[in-house]
Amino acid sequence: MIERTKILLLVAVLASAAISLFAGQINPYYYDILISIGINIILATSLNLVNGYTGQFSLGHAGFMAAGAYGSAWLSLAFGYVLGTSAAGTTTMFVLALTTGGLIAALAGLAVGIPSLRLRGDYLAIVTLGFNEIIKGVIQNAEPLGAQRGLGGMGQHTNFFWTFALAALTVYVVLNLVHSTYGSGFLAVRDDEIAAEAMGINTTKYKVLAFVIGAFFAGVAGGLYAHFKQFIHPEGFNFLRSVDIVVMVILGGMGSTAGVILAAILLTILPEGLRALAHQPWLPDSLRPIAENRMILYSLLLIILMITRPQGLFGGPGLKRRKA
Amino acid sequence: MAMLRSLLVAGALTLLIPNPNAAAAEEIPIGEYASLTGGSASFGQSSHKGTELAVEEINAAGGVLGKKLKLITEDDQSQAGQPATIVRKLISQDKVVAVLGEVASSKSLEAAPICQQNKIPMITPASTNPKVTEVGDYIFRICFIDPFQGTVMAKFARSKGWKKIAVLTDVKQDYSVGLAEFFVKDFTANGGEIVRDQKYSTGDKDFKPQLTSIKAARPDAIFIPGYYAEVALIAKQARLLGLKVPLLGGDGWVGDSLLKVAGHSLDGSFFSCHFSADEQSPDTRNFVAKFKAKHGEIPDDMAALGYDSAMILADAIRRAGTTDSAKLRDAIAATTHHDGITGNITLDSARNASKPAVILTVGNGGFQFVETVAP
Repeated sequence: MIERTKILLLVAVLASAAISLFAGQINPYYYDILISIGINIILATSLNLVNGYTGQFSLGHAGFMAAGAYGSAWLSLAFGYVLGTSAAGTTTMFVLALTTGGLIAALAGLAVGIPSLRLRGDYLAIVTLGFNEIIKGVIQNAEPLGAQRGLGGMGQHTNFFWTFALAALTVYVVLNLVHSTYGSGFLAVRDDEIAAEAMGINTTKYKVLAFVIGAFFAGVAGGLYAHFKQFIHPEGFNFLRSVDIVVMVILGGMGSTAGVILAAILLTILPEGLRALAHQPWLPDSLRPIAENRMILYSLLLIILMITRPQGLFGGPGLKRRKA
Repeated sequence: MAMLRSLLVAGALTLLIPNPNAAAAEEIPIGEYASLTGGSASFGQSSHKGTELAVEEINAAGGVLGKKLKLITEDDQSQAGQPATIVRKLISQDKVVAVLGEVASSKSLEAAPICQQNKIPMITPASTNPKVTEVGDYIFRICFIDPFQGTVMAKFARSKGWKKIAVLTDVKQDYSVGLAEFFVKDFTANGGEIVRDQKYSTGDKDFKPQLTSIKAARPDAIFIPGYYAEVALIAKQARLLGLKVPLLGGDGWVGDSLLKVAGHSLDGSFFSCHFSADEQSPDTRNFVAKFKAKHGEIPDDMAALGYDSAMILADAIRRAGTTDSAKLRDAIAATTHHDGITGNITLDSARNASKPAVILTVGNGGFQFVETVAP
């Protein structure tokens, strides 16, 4: 299992490097969507570690993303000049910025993880939601981070290679973690916390670890976002952004990485695809207002999907077998 | 599962829907991005209606350079992250020659670097944050900026002979903080006194603590550079507390619900604005009549700015004689004394509009024109 995933990781990294060489020939609009897909895969996969595999309901993933986005952007802006403007210099700086963003987010994850240990389910969801708002509130009042004006001027360093290599890395880390002997602890915490505790599993440690690792990758995704869009605003990391990521996890199937990746791809493409629909000449005028409010269609599709497959695209069977 | 699979495939296939916006050879494609849905939809819808009207008028008069303008509008749902994606679409797929938008500065700041990198001129109708046009030489604005509005209201307050003013700022809005800063600067530099400096946050409902403190200071007027939702509540509560002095504000006051919520509490108050539908110039009357005929409502300042942004662009294309991006940029930059609905517009070397502000007063259930303040 481990060997195969290692090869897959290598293939994915090489493939993203290869495709990256041809990035110039991709239509910039599609390129934008592709990068968003990669970032959403990282976000959804990392949240799946917390929500899906460990069974903790976190509603604050956008908060960690914000911590990473602002952390890395600030580093780039404040110290970007240190390593010069050579290709090697900017790349090193970018990697440093992403790592810093990830670490800051991981620290934030630790900060939420510890107090929330006493809470479960809905209560934990509310705490994480509150934490998201706290991070947003801090940024909104932090002058060096642009406060309510937003922060811009970062170079566009995020490219196809970095996005998808890091997406592959995230998938690799999460999969290997939960499929290792050590990682069974995550599943044990989710399946039955009391039983896990009785078996001698340190549930506290596993929960905090899930939060910290999940937050780290969300922070990296935030860093990629900041260096792609080149402008970040606190409102871009609000509660609704968190919900977007949760929807990807639930739609994909809690605890199914393949499903979550698929959902991340689908939910990124769908709203953009529906955009083109509204402009179709063959569309009768009576239907046009509906198509123009494409988010209604989008929500409708989500409802249909959840009714037909409440366990998510790939959720359920695979994990039940593992349980037995 | 079969149904699910087909749904998935259908979802993925939506991306393959052909893009029908590709302009024909006899058309000039112009992009517009606006918040047509979401939190700032009321602003976005207004500016969009204005822009649409302008393009229709231009086309009815034969278009520019013998071609018709084709306006391609995309909705950014008032969401961060969307403007960048949309503007990339407009530039790369629809091949627009220029981009119009957005009202909110935070959206314009996201789209501006992309327009700049692609060397596609962008004209924002109403983003007042000074940073927007600092992005680069392809980014223009046709409204005045925050510092100017703050200064205009300070001048106006002085002209009324008011000496003691209280300020109530929305700390969550950069717009509000900016206006307050320049108001205070100008007012105190000219011998005025700020007797109270109070704060609130967007979404607050109870302003009595701040207003009680303000009342104790006995100001001649209160400067509240916030948005209409809070301003309406503040006005109501001020009158309940017996504060009868006039309130002063900026263009953020303009909004559907302002007078519906505030009732008569705002009567006798003043605010600065881009445009007044009551102004009696023939151009304004003409615009208001046409807008009313098309949309069944009186245009607000966002609609007027949206209209002007499209008109300035069309005029620049005409003067450039081409849609070549560098020449078009130069033509937009050379805009002088454009006789717009929102005043006489000249673009300065920083690509900002130098133009007069309009001061309106509230009364008789509507807004009345008071005076025009030149820069």
